[in-house]
Amino acid sequence: MAHIASTQINAPTSFGSEIVVKNVSKSYGTDVFTKEVVQNCSFTIERSKLTVMIGPSGCGKSTLIRLLAGFERPNSGTVKVDDKPVTGPGVDRLVCFQETALFPWMTTYDNIMYGPRARGEDTPEMRDFAEALLQKVGLAAFRKKYPSQLSGGMQRRAELARCMINKPAVMILDEPFRGLDAMTKRLMQEYYANLYNEFRRTTFFVTTDIDEAIYLADRILIMSNIPTRVSSVIDVDLPRPRNAENITESDEANAIKMQALQLLHQEAMKSFARGSKAAADFIEAYSKRISKD
Amino acid sequence: MMNQVEAIFLKATSFITGEEFWRGVVAIIVFFIFWEVGSRSEAWSGFAFPWISQVPPPTAVLLEMFKLIQEPSFWHSAYLSTLRVFEGFIAAMIVGIPLGLAMAVSRVFYGITFPVFEVLRPIPPLAWVPASIIFWPTQELSIAFVTFLGAFFTIVINVIGGARAIDVRYFQAARSMGSSTWDIFRRIILPGTLPSIVVGATVGVGITWAVVVAAEMISGGGSAGSMGGAAGGGLGFFIWNSYVGGSYTQIVAGMISIGIAGYISSAAIRKLGDLLTPWLAEG
Repeated sequence: MAHIASTQINAPTSFGSEIVVKNVSKSYGTDVFTKEVVQNCSFTIERSKLTVMIGPSGCGKSTLIRLLAGFERPNSGTVKVDDKPVTGPGVDRLVCFQETALFPWMTTYDNIMYGPRARGEDTPEMRDFAEALLQKVGLAAFRKKYPSQLSGGMQRRAELARCMINKPAVMILDEPFRGLDAMTKRLMQEYYANLYNEFRRTTFFVTTDIDEAIYLADRILIMSNIPTRVSSVIDVDLPRPRNAENITESDEANAIKMQALQLLHQEAMKSFARGSKAAADFIEAYSKRISKD
Repeated sequence: MMNQVEAIFLKATSFITGEEFWRGVVAIIVFFIFWEVGSRSEAWSGFAFPWISQVPPPTAVLLEMFKLIQEPSFWHSAYLSTLRVFEGFIAAMIVGIPLGLAMAVSRVFYGITFPVFEVLRPIPPLAWVPASIIFWPTQELSIAFVTFLGAFFTIVINVIGGARAIDVRYFQAARSMGSSTWDIFRRIILPGTLPSIVVGATVGVGITWAVVVAAEMISGGGSAGSMGGAAGGGLGFFIWNSYVGGSYTQIVAGMISIGIAGYISSAAIRKLGDLLTPWLAEG
């Protein structure tokens, strides 16, 4: 059984879809109270690539994710998946939520099987697949535990498995490792990088952690502060599989990091000039690093 | 298995040897000594404690309770009250849970029902007693209806609050994974609201006991007389009759019986709730 299941895992049906975001704007409120969160934003999430979006906290990243997932509609512009416009939530674009959104009243196994059951696909093949995924994310012994009985890292892995069983064409991860302690975060990043190497499905990964971004990304989108646009794109051509230790020592990675930090710094300065408190924190934290490096 | 038994044993022994436990025991003993001394001091020393000297001493009450539990008429009273509590409570659950869910789910339905609901809610259940005696054909039904009201509003308010507090991301996740509306209702809204339903039921059953006793006092005990006089009309009527008959030990014994009955009902519902919501258990 394990053999059958693992061949299923290793044979992705496709390498995922491509998402094209074009001139998207989104604002909340009406009339004079309108707050523009996303402004004329355009970018592409390339097929089977891992695109990381990084930007200051509170810059509207979560809003963009809701637009991509179809939970909300843009005021103008289009979001297209393989040339088909997004009209609502769909199983082709699944979100791994910040701090996880596992259903507290379901066991790990029931959480993972949620999608298949919702679509009436509770088949022996699916159960085998769930079994294989449980093994893969190291939660086989925890299948009957509720999310509150899992550690932070286990919860994140359970959420990954709950997404992956649906074989989404695009995985959207919204700061998936936020709030974990440094050690667990590092482990989860390595773990996630291996998963990605195996499946190579189109992935959109949102983070505020620049080291995480360089370690994982094929492309990094650097976002401006509110209202959000893509301010620059950095290609990360480091070979895979990557090793977290090597990356911190590689000149190429360090060059990318400097470039990204400087771009983020510029963004922070701009929004600081507009009176953003978050930006002040960022400048304080990163000015030192830039001058030190 | 052996380990489990051992663990339970260890837990029990550590509880009994713990400071918390003995503090509680000492507090209860001091309370009873104070009560006993207070109510007997006039006979002993001529000094009457204010208030407490009017209350029968706990030893007399205990003696009275010991006599009462041998009387079938007392048990019939307790049975009648329990029956009314459960009639009212179960009816409140059957009507209240779907109503609360519908109000939480549908904006239109909420807009129509909530104003009426909010006007009726502050009316104390006891204020309904005269009206319900007029409306309902039998005393029994009117008491059960007032009991129903006691639990109903609490349950509905808790269900609405619980369903509204469900994390919006659960709906987003479920919708993304291909859930139908019915599926979301059954597998997200219902289990998500269950903890609040349990809280509402636990609080509601306590109110039900408070209401049934008062309703019995006011209405004259419904089927009073079926078992002969004082004991026919439930615990509320039993207390009222003891008051009229001047048996103060019986009043206090009746009060304590209600306390015990209410405690058992709440504990049973809490236990049932724990079984229904295993994901909230520790560990």
